[in-house]
Amino acid sequence: MIEFVRNVRLWFAPEEIREEGGTPDYRFSLANERTFLAWLRTALALIGGGFAVDQFLPDLRWGWRVGLALALLGAGVLCAFRAVNHWVRCERAMRRGEDLPVSRFPAALGVVVAVVAIAMVAVVLLGWEG
Amino acid sequence: MTPRRAAAARDPGLQPERTRLAWRRTTLTGAVIAVLAMKSALHGGAPASGIVAAALCAALWLGLLGLAHRRIGALASPRPAALAPRVAATAVLCTVALAVCGAALVV
Repeated sequence: MIEFVRNVRLWFAPEEIREEGGTPDYRFSLANERTFLAWLRTALALIGGGFAVDQFLPDLRWGWRVGLALALLGAGVLCAFRAVNHWVRCERAMRRGEDLPVSRFPAALGVVVAVVAIAMVAVVLLGWEG
Repeated sequence: MTPRRAAAARDPGLQPERTRLAWRRTTLTGAVIAVLAMKSALHGGAPASGIVAAALCAALWLGLLGLAHRRIGALASPRPAALAPRVAATAVLCTVALAVCGAALVV
């Protein structure tokens, strides 16, 4: 968490990243950029899922509908912040010639998406509607 | 030296092109959200708050589109510079703002 706060500063201070180590092969930077964009799309898809729950499950009880939608929107926000944080960490590791950072986030996100999906199937099939 | 320079001019792995398409896909995903926001605002009897949230979503999507457009322009050079952290952070903040608009529309 403390490292995350330190990284937030780096998002807006490109000079500090450029001061460290050497510039990696531009292709590595572009690959890192694509990974960042893939995570950003994941975040956007989760947010889109939040919108979709609200619109395509109108018969659901208010609490369930809003709860599921907010869970998906929240997961999207987390995913977006994590995307830029991981991008900065990878960029810095490449400049310093260190190993790329490992992360538990993909596994955690997988579990969260599975839980939300099961909740949605249960809610829709078992007819906890209206 | 000539063949080597030709190879340097165009990456055989097409990395800049792939990155350009990744930006395009990202803006496309943003477009889906903007459309869903529009639908949500119009479907809910179009209250003023819904219209404002949908308009904000559209504006944020245009912001993402602008960022992508500038980055795609930069990627046209044979050896593009790395993505600026400010651009990455702005794209993420647009995404988060879209989620906030979504929360406003849902609740």
